[in-house]
Amino acid sequence: MFNFQLSSNKPQINYDELYDFIALGLGPAGLNAGLYAHRKGLKTLIVGHRVGGQLLNTADIDNYLGFSNIPAQKLIDEFRNHIENSKVPMLTDVLVTNIEKSADIFIITLNNGKTLQSKTVLYALGGSPRKLKVPGEDRLAGKGVAYCATCDGPFFQDKDVIIAGGGNSAIDATKDLARIAKSVTIIEKFTISADKTSVEQVAKLPNVTMFEETDVTEIIGDKYIEGIRVFDRKANKERIINTEGLFVEIGSIPNTALLKDLVELNKWGEVIVNNKQETSLKGLYAAGDVTNNWIRQVIVAAADGAKAALEANNYITKK
Amino acid sequence: MGKLFNEEVASQIKGVLAQMKNEITIKLFIDGKCDTCLETKQLLEETKTLSDKINLVVHEINESKEEAEKYDITLTPTFIILDDKGTYSGVRFSGFPGGYEINSFVSSLLEMSGLRHEFPQEVVDRVAKIKEPIDIKVFVTLGCPHCPGAVETAHRLAMLNSNIKATMIESQTFMELARTHKVSSVPKIVFNDALDLLGNQPVEAFLDEIETLL
Repeated sequence: MFNFQLSSNKPQINYDELYDFIALGLGPAGLNAGLYAHRKGLKTLIVGHRVGGQLLNTADIDNYLGFSNIPAQKLIDEFRNHIENSKVPMLTDVLVTNIEKSADIFIITLNNGKTLQSKTVLYALGGSPRKLKVPGEDRLAGKGVAYCATCDGPFFQDKDVIIAGGGNSAIDATKDLARIAKSVTIIEKFTISADKTSVEQVAKLPNVTMFEETDVTEIIGDKYIEGIRVFDRKANKERIINTEGLFVEIGSIPNTALLKDLVELNKWGEVIVNNKQETSLKGLYAAGDVTNNWIRQVIVAAADGAKAALEANNYITKK
Repeated sequence: MGKLFNEEVASQIKGVLAQMKNEITIKLFIDGKCDTCLETKQLLEETKTLSDKINLVVHEINESKEEAEKYDITLTPTFIILDDKGTYSGVRFSGFPGGYEINSFVSSLLEMSGLRHEFPQEVVDRVAKIKEPIDIKVFVTLGCPHCPGAVETAHRLAMLNSNIKATMIESQTFMELARTHKVSSVPKIVFNDALDLLGNQPVEAFLDEIETLL
């Protein structure tokens, strides 16, 4: 009933301090990195907006070892409790607006007008919802085209909705929306790639239909969505599906705008990291959904955060 | 009805409210026994027990017409938060602040008690130049993790400038109003019932919209 996220022991942040390690991002990668760096004795700070990162967009987690079918909010609470009980300093409710490196020191500018300085930095600012990039999408965003099922589901009670996508996030959104909407139609460009157990659960729901190998080519509507145009590649046929809502659940694009002139990115805008989570800039590490690691999983992001912190510790120790 | 806050949540909120600096007063306007009115009343009563700096006044809207008119209350349940001097700065919640919205609710109590959010000077300067009435409605749902951030920004602007009024509107309780404003994604931020923004936008984006209305 309540998703309480505020912290009772807000640390006093010393903005004049030179930190050893600053983790940017409050998702699994940033939090775990902060924990590991702090335990190594590094002067550590975790910085970001809301604890949880992209876990906040998820209802339940089924595949984090040790927690079977845990509500995402509960897992976030466990993460935050662990960080707070370990007394890892954390600065929340801020956005990073700039990162630069000068004389071996990283200078991080925040939207509260303050700056932070650190010898090493982990960049783990996650991703934003990926768009379909088809005609009509931008015009009808917020007018029936949505990107967050847990947020916007209540507006589609007893309506016919479509979900674009076939990965775990699309199937999770289907489970949520099938409880509210009259019908849910899944349109997947290739084949459904979500975990088999989840797909089997969804396939049993009476109000869910799935179409694979089908492209969404246009979103139709004047002031509000009225339907989508699709191309069924198996039948080699175009058709229009009427709908009152379209949820786009096709993954995320990395939030790497702050790094574009600082480190090497690949053609998808992802930070290129090696197996030590090092970027092309010494002392700057990256983990989680901003990187070229194609596996977008909570446990992988957390593990990569830990690796980055341990490598940062080696880097500082050797200097 | 059982307690809304379980022991764990009550303890977390109590810990956060321990940071309150000065007393505040919550004025709640309800209408008879509507479900969300009673639920909101209970939430505020339980919150009051977690800090001795919280005062709560409950008004039946039909019996407190003058008071409702003074604060421009038309929806129930709506509550406003006043500072220790009884000053109203336009911080309002319409509907039940449960789910993720418990965060914007508790933040507003802390900040109204004197633990104000620090904006950069250039933002403060821009807010100070707003001389005309600005009404900000932030439509939310309780399952939306991005919504409290937008509500907090709107409330912070209201606390900075008495010309700004900012209301969290819980869409499921006020679905007709949400439909009037064509809300299908949240947070949707509506300025003077004329302009709107979608998503948890930075304060600069709020100010860009407001400045087009001046």
